[in-house]
Amino acid sequence: MTWYLVRRIGQAIVVVIGVLVLTFILIHMEPGSVARSILGIRATASRMAIFNATYGLDQPLYKQFIDYVNQVVHGNLGTSYYLQQPVSTLFAQRLPRDLFLLGSSTVLALLISLPMGIYQAVRRGGAGDNTLSAVTFTLYCMPAFWFAVMLVAVFAIQIHLFSPLAPTGTSLGSMLTQPRALVLPILTLTLIQVAGFSRYMRSSAIDTLAQDYLRVARAKGLPERLVLFRHVLRNSLLPIVTIVGLSLPGLVTGAIVVEEVFNYQGMGLLFYTAATHHDFPILLGSTLIVGVATVVGNLAADIAYGILDPRVRYVSD
Amino acid sequence: MSATDFTPIVPSAAGRAVPEAGGPAGEPVSGWLILRAFTGNWQARTGVAVVLALVLFCFLGPVLYHTNQGTAGLDLNLKDLTPGTRHPLGTDDTGYDVLGRLMVGGQSSLELGFAVAIATTLVGTIYGAIAGIAGGIVDGFMMRIVDTMLAIPWLVALLIMVNIFTPDLLTIILLLTLLSWLGVARLVRGEVISLRTRDFVLAARTMGSSTSRIMWRHMVPNAIGVIVVNATFSVADAIIALSTLSFLGLGIPPPHADWGQMLTSGLDDLYNGYWWLVYPSAVLLIITIIAFSLIGDAVRDSLDVRLQRR
Repeated sequence: MTWYLVRRIGQAIVVVIGVLVLTFILIHMEPGSVARSILGIRATASRMAIFNATYGLDQPLYKQFIDYVNQVVHGNLGTSYYLQQPVSTLFAQRLPRDLFLLGSSTVLALLISLPMGIYQAVRRGGAGDNTLSAVTFTLYCMPAFWFAVMLVAVFAIQIHLFSPLAPTGTSLGSMLTQPRALVLPILTLTLIQVAGFSRYMRSSAIDTLAQDYLRVARAKGLPERLVLFRHVLRNSLLPIVTIVGLSLPGLVTGAIVVEEVFNYQGMGLLFYTAATHHDFPILLGSTLIVGVATVVGNLAADIAYGILDPRVRYVSD
Repeated sequence: MSATDFTPIVPSAAGRAVPEAGGPAGEPVSGWLILRAFTGNWQARTGVAVVLALVLFCFLGPVLYHTNQGTAGLDLNLKDLTPGTRHPLGTDDTGYDVLGRLMVGGQSSLELGFAVAIATTLVGTIYGAIAGIAGGIVDGFMMRIVDTMLAIPWLVALLIMVNIFTPDLLTIILLLTLLSWLGVARLVRGEVISLRTRDFVLAARTMGSSTSRIMWRHMVPNAIGVIVVNATFSVADAIIALSTLSFLGLGIPPPHADWGQMLTSGLDDLYNGYWWLVYPSAVLLIITIIAFSLIGDAVRDSLDVRLQRR
């Protein structure tokens, strides 16, 4: 286990360095040059040379990379071309809103999909299972933007039940005072995740239901309710840990789309705005943060799995 | 993820579990059995029928139903017309006939879907096979590259890429291929590594078969199952990616048409009650994606049938 952990963490570090290299390459793929983007199209060659000397852009590439890593480690992600503010400040403003949006929808999705998956597994092949399978399959196929648009079309435009726009408060607290406007963004992200989670939960619970220890539990006269909660739920939860860890990149994609549709002022909308304004510091800063978060998420899921399930033996050959 | 690899479940790039092909004994693939299971599957029949209908609609449709989808000669007086006898699905805000536009828009979605699926499968299979056969440091290095690229969500990478390259259909196909071969590479590498130690591969090697012969005669036929399943799903994924990009307004610029872009531009008019600008493209888009996913599921199930018979 220890050896596995060391290797696994080593790999994660290599991948994080890889993400740094990737964003560094992307900086240099920016059309024109950094000096051109910041000083504007009418900048003279001598001003650009001074700019390049000031920011070390005339140094050899390897030295620029070391400088870049040094800056990133110290939390300096550059300044947004478009918004003229430090990228780290912009991120700090928006991150809590994303933690709220993504966190609440993930929790809701788990609360819905776990019981649903177990119900489907227990009633496997029945009318309820088939209906739910068809529903989750359809949900699973839907692109995030498609789903968000349909919810807006029905609940905001046709029957005026919820607002088509997210609340626009400056802080998370003021946004929470407009719950009706939060319903659709959270609902979209929740249902998208329910589709994935419940399909895994169903197959995981079906596997668990076939185990011998369940037959033993039933044979010793344990009530069905306890069998389901103590044995089926707990054991089928294990693969879900990994799925939640792996779901972060998909969630980021969903967040970009949902925040754009509902004008939710989070990291996703910031990223989208940056993409439409060639705002490279924000694009690359977000890439870096998401990349590192994904690596850490996967690592955490792997380690959590090992801790939660003592049966797991990490084989090394 | 080299020799100490541990994965509790095997989600593919798109998060779909894919069965291990070849099976424990690594028997030769019985194509007939799989084909029979596939054709006997209602999902497969529905999916294939829908895809065929869509291909006919998009490529044969414009031959039978003539509309002006070019840039010249558009009459702006004919914009936003309600569906009627002359325009069965009305016209949009620049005067294009919506039914004709759906056909043209579908062409690019389908072309892109198939092109990306084929390119992705080729690149991913070759890369994964090389990594799996090479093993050791080469494998470790190649797979860390894959891990790194997988850590960046596809939409994030794609939105950055359209800032660097000007999007047209070919560029988008290349970009999507660049971003989506990773899952296939991982799957194929895993297959190759597990097949490498099987007895029949050892036997072939003992008999003096060359690496390339082992590759093409023994490994590829056994790994073909996972590859095909993944290819089917990647058609749907590519169509989703293009429509998402168009929806965000960063897709291929007009006069090019696709369903995602039609959906977006019609959305503002939904408040005016112009339903025909949104729902037809939305319905076609979702039907296409569901059809390809049904085929993917059916292929996977028919491979499962083969596995169950052992």
